[in-house]
Amino acid sequence: MLTNTSPPAIAEKDRRWITSRPVRRFVRHRLAITGLVMISLIALLCVVGPWVLPHGMLDIHIRDRFSPPGTETYLLGTDEMGRDLAARLFMAGRVSLMVGIAAMVLSTFLGAVIGLVAGYFGKVIGTVLMRFTDAVLCFPQIFLLLVLAAFLEPNALMITIIIALTSWMEIARIVSAEIRSLRERDFITAARISGASHTWIMFRELLPNTIGPIIVAATLTVARAILIEAYVSFLGYGIQPPLPSWGNMLNNAQQFLDTAPWLAIVPGVAITLAVTSFNFIGDGLRDALDARSDLQ
Amino acid sequence: MSRVLSVENLGIGFRSEGQDFTVVRDVSFSLEAGETLALVGESGSGKSVTSLGVMGLLPPPPQSRTTGRIVLHSGDGDIELLDLPESRMRRLRGDRIAMIFQEPLTSLNPVHTIGDQIVEAIRSHRRVSRAKARARAVELLEQVGIPDPQDRLGTYPHELSGGMRQRIMIAIALALEPDILIADEPTTALDVTVQAQILDLLRRLQKDTGMAMLFITHDFGVVADIADRTIVMYAGQTVEEGRTGTVLSDPLMPYTIGLMNAVPRLETAGLKRGDLKTIEGFVPDPAALPQGCSFHPRCAFMQEGLCDTSPPSIEDAGGGHMVRCKRWRQIGEGRET
Repeated sequence: MLTNTSPPAIAEKDRRWITSRPVRRFVRHRLAITGLVMISLIALLCVVGPWVLPHGMLDIHIRDRFSPPGTETYLLGTDEMGRDLAARLFMAGRVSLMVGIAAMVLSTFLGAVIGLVAGYFGKVIGTVLMRFTDAVLCFPQIFLLLVLAAFLEPNALMITIIIALTSWMEIARIVSAEIRSLRERDFITAARISGASHTWIMFRELLPNTIGPIIVAATLTVARAILIEAYVSFLGYGIQPPLPSWGNMLNNAQQFLDTAPWLAIVPGVAITLAVTSFNFIGDGLRDALDARSDLQ
Repeated sequence: MSRVLSVENLGIGFRSEGQDFTVVRDVSFSLEAGETLALVGESGSGKSVTSLGVMGLLPPPPQSRTTGRIVLHSGDGDIELLDLPESRMRRLRGDRIAMIFQEPLTSLNPVHTIGDQIVEAIRSHRRVSRAKARARAVELLEQVGIPDPQDRLGTYPHELSGGMRQRIMIAIALALEPDILIADEPTTALDVTVQAQILDLLRRLQKDTGMAMLFITHDFGVVADIADRTIVMYAGQTVEEGRTGTVLSDPLMPYTIGLMNAVPRLETAGLKRGDLKTIEGFVPDPAALPQGCSFHPRCAFMQEGLCDTSPPSIEDAGGGHMVRCKRWRQIGEGRET
């Protein structure tokens, strides 16, 4: 009875997924895997950390202020008010990562739709949309951010929206370029011949074919969104204390740079780790999903 | 037999960089149910543009101009395709008129399984459940000769060979039992053996469904194999038309004769080198057609003062064998002696 029993269909599908070429290429990409592991670790710490640490992020221990890392129960030391730096770092990580990822989702959606419509229709619609994209791209992003942030109430949601509104352009350009070449392919002609509508062709036939480049760009956008959030918060227009973010922790730290350097180093390292990890993952995905090797 | 399509005085022109090009001129033909009509000609003779015109897939005016009439005779009366708004035309496409074309390798979307692609083709025109559409997909795959149709539904296009993919394209085209199937060089990209299988398949499916086929090709072997009637096109015009047997055995238009001489034959290959005749020159630029007969600069039978003055009209050489040549009588006699 051990012979000739065909495996169930789901197992078959799973195996195909695991052994599929893009997945194998990604797994073999050492930096990408390192990035993935690091990000998972950071995310895990941010989720679990504030629960397990002995001090809350807002608990003030005035006698223990400026304790260097490793002092007693303060894993990463304390700040100028004696708040546990580790607790603040992980809480800030939640905010920063969340802002980064939410901004990525929003800007990817916006960029993909604009790029899709522009690339598919071309002509007047495409030109107008892409010139608009170029125009937005011409604004120095950081000033645009600061101006917007000065007018809007700076909370996490607003910052997310502002970051998304200033970072969808690259994805729009990638998608529109991709669509412009895809729409001339025979399977699009075939779809038109079988009576498909514009919406159908755009979202069902074209968009799934650009998913590779979109994922890559989206991953890199997370990295950039985290950085941007850090800038803006560092300059004081972003996430407002007492809610910590990696950026405003740095802002706080600059006046104590000579006496308590860990206040700057700790969030700095966190930002660097998160950003480089996302960049590594992005690079790995780019190599793994290189559309040309898989799209026949 | 009932008529399913009439094309009358079809003219198609394009505008590009402020210049007008007429690429199809005054083409008329009709198609009966169960019949196969071949459109033959070199690249640039207007055969593919004619088929796109029938599908309503030409770029919108002012980039292209279409004149004449295209009438679809369907169960619910005659439909003037050229007057139809795009939304109604879209419903006919893939439903009453289907099309397969040259590139089976790239005509399927690489990211969807073939099952999904067939199911969606059905569901875009008919309100049927997914399960029903799937059952129909299995039936179609069986019909086009794909082994293990049930298992094949989950495969992606890149897992299939060219011949298989063309079979899938045919299955999609036939999914809604169209009245007319336009086949634009469907076998050109395939191996000869696969080519024969696909032609067999099309013939068999035609017999089963009674659809009419408009077969576009430049291959006379294919024409002889599949077509009931043949239209030879040159520079956007019909130059010869008739029953396939008549046109192939008794061509009267020098262009048809030239095309047939240019077909490589097994009997002569390698025996007499240089026996394969080509037609000198190229299809004329539609913006600069020669005076008189548009074929005269390349024609072996050209007579000065006759062929290069006024364009020839199309004449009946007997039994519906239409020829556009001023010298067809001499050409016909020349063959008999």
